[in-house]
Amino acid sequence: MDLNLDAEERQFRDELRVWLEANVPKDWAEWSERPLEESFPYLRAWQRKLHEGRWAAVSWPKEYGGRSATLMQQAIFWEEMARVQAPSMANALGLGLIGPTIIAYGTEAQKKRFIPKILSAEEIWCQGFSEPNAGSDLASLQTEARLEGDRYVVNGQKVWTSFGWIADWCELVVRTDPSVPKHKGLTVLLVDMKSPGVEVRPLRQMTGESEFNELFFRDVRVPAENVLGKVNDGWNVAISTLMFERGSFGARLHLQFKRNIDRLIELSRTFQRNGQPASRDPLVRQKLAQCYAEIEIMRLNQLRAFSRITATGVPGPEGSIQKIFWSELNQRLQQIAQEIFGPFGQLMAGDSRAVDNGIWSHGYLRTRGNTIEAGTSEVQRNIIGHFVLGLPRSY
Amino acid sequence: MEFGLSESQRLLKENARKFFAGECPMHTVRRLMDTETAFDESLWTKMAEQGYTGVIFPEKYGGVGLGKVELILLMEEAGRALLPGPLFSTVALAGAMIDAMASPEQKKKYLEPIAAGETRSTVAMLEANARWEATDLQSTTMNGRISGEKLFVPDAKVADFMVVVARDGIFIVDAKAPGIAIQPMKIMDLTRKIYAVRFTNTPAERIGGVADLAQPLDIAATALVAEMVGGMQRTLDITVEYAKTRKQFGNPVGMYQAVQHQCADMYLETESARSAVYYAAWAVEQNAPDAAIAVSIAKMYASDAARTVGNRGIQVHGGMGFTWENDLHLYYKRAKTSETAFGDSTYHRERIARLVIDAGVASSQTA
Repeated sequence: MDLNLDAEERQFRDELRVWLEANVPKDWAEWSERPLEESFPYLRAWQRKLHEGRWAAVSWPKEYGGRSATLMQQAIFWEEMARVQAPSMANALGLGLIGPTIIAYGTEAQKKRFIPKILSAEEIWCQGFSEPNAGSDLASLQTEARLEGDRYVVNGQKVWTSFGWIADWCELVVRTDPSVPKHKGLTVLLVDMKSPGVEVRPLRQMTGESEFNELFFRDVRVPAENVLGKVNDGWNVAISTLMFERGSFGARLHLQFKRNIDRLIELSRTFQRNGQPASRDPLVRQKLAQCYAEIEIMRLNQLRAFSRITATGVPGPEGSIQKIFWSELNQRLQQIAQEIFGPFGQLMAGDSRAVDNGIWSHGYLRTRGNTIEAGTSEVQRNIIGHFVLGLPRSY
Repeated sequence: MEFGLSESQRLLKENARKFFAGECPMHTVRRLMDTETAFDESLWTKMAEQGYTGVIFPEKYGGVGLGKVELILLMEEAGRALLPGPLFSTVALAGAMIDAMASPEQKKKYLEPIAAGETRSTVAMLEANARWEATDLQSTTMNGRISGEKLFVPDAKVADFMVVVARDGIFIVDAKAPGIAIQPMKIMDLTRKIYAVRFTNTPAERIGGVADLAQPLDIAATALVAEMVGGMQRTLDITVEYAKTRKQFGNPVGMYQAVQHQCADMYLETESARSAVYYAAWAVEQNAPDAAIAVSIAKMYASDAARTVGNRGIQVHGGMGFTWENDLHLYYKRAKTSETAFGDSTYHRERIARLVIDAGVASSQTA
């Protein structure tokens, strides 16, 4: 056990620090409070800049524009990004999930075609996984693709698609063989969102925004060369995307959590409670400290998981632990914020008395979705129960 | 950067697990807990032969010279075995305190026989107000003699000498010195005996000032958390095994999500406590700027998690979990005594608040 940086890690960190010092935008604070539709070009430009410095996808292999960064270097990357309060990247799904899946399963032609534009944020990606009748039971999805000549004809509906409204491409899971058991007849297609027959509808969520979309596919024609991986092996391709999702997402989130707890501690000094600053109230102090500690434990769990994966070469179930941990913690953090703000906590963006222009009231509602999206807490606990502890499958 | 165990650390942990499984199985634990002191001389000698009684002491004082990470790996395995007797109080508590503040002559005098397995020790600190700050203590010395009443002193009856924390310093008192009265306290955890110790003008040898107390207390707290993690792991293992074999409605009960999710949470809580304590041990060893926060985070989290894991384990066992025959209650009771030692989660949350909210210490970073 040695949590000091080794020479290579230090060099990686120092190079990144110098680069961030010179390049991180100074006006992000003003932009961050605007709706995503308005700030998206800003995030796109920021990603392009990171890409020019070869910092957009440090985990990717060097030959694909990354730095072949070790897991520890990736952890360093996200911590440094957090330290300078860097904006997020526009093509989050392309960089974090879909790009790595294309690198793992794609043909040379596919890699050449798609990878550079994922990096440069020229083409934004979304995921077409969940359906109205296939949520936790993803493998029961019904969107079908029939091969006609050298094209697949796709019909069906997807839901909960982040970035659907702006995406140029979609990693779409479809059923290509309805005659075999549900896991065996699936295929992943890379679909041009501008194809005729693709319709994107906003899905208004409880925050009032439309962060997600519904996607409708009516006789959408997709060239057969856009199959990712093998036909009818889509389950394995899709699972590997989900593994990327659960594995690395926690590390990135540390950025946001750190910022939130630091800000909340700051705010607790200005809000009054029982005639004194909330930061002096014993109950508030207890709750802030608990939250602070859990954010630190989330970071440590991630580092331990990275060490284990580095040692064994196999990503394990740690992704499920992290998913449960961060999603439930995030909800608790927002609840503490609400307790500190009292009636002001419910004021939304646009009200002059809203705390931090409504990011906390928004956060309170938005985090309600955290224990549902990217695999519900219930599914994650099933995974731990069955795959880690060896208990019999419950479903 | 590597947050896993090195080869030698892994070996130490594995050997400790084998040693305790062989030398201190549950029937031995149960035999010892029914004795007056829960102390077994021959088991102690064997632990000394393994180097466990001198694990963190410098080699020049007869120790093995290993670090805090190695200490907590040993304590984790001791906790898994629910090891009775004074290993914790002698090595991680009294030994760490002497090692941190005593003069070279005193270290030679007191640490060498501990490492050799010849003497046992403990720390007497808490008083009737149950405060962990030395400034709140009543016991004091006058002309080299100490007076006062100490409560919740672990293993006092088998200690050859005691480290006593008084308001005006830290002292060593010989167990055979005049003016010592040791009374057992009737505690729920039978595997770690606790005593009330009254000193009346008892000769005392000064080893340090109260300002030196923080670091060794952090070491002891970290070691105790590791022991708690071992207990949590064992509780989880026993529970999962039961959930796989106990059948109701024709299926193993572990197939039902209401049960399975309890087990998943036990796993999450155990692993999280482990991450916290491994980091705390490393931070203490390195004198990292966030060492005190790291220790409080670990003690805070584990104090709640050990209790919660115990609750879940007993619940999953149904009626069996409530019996004396089942081992879970033994771990449950040890978790309770460890929960309050060195401050419970409420105490440590306030300590974190002081360090983070009031002092504004920046939160730790990997880089």
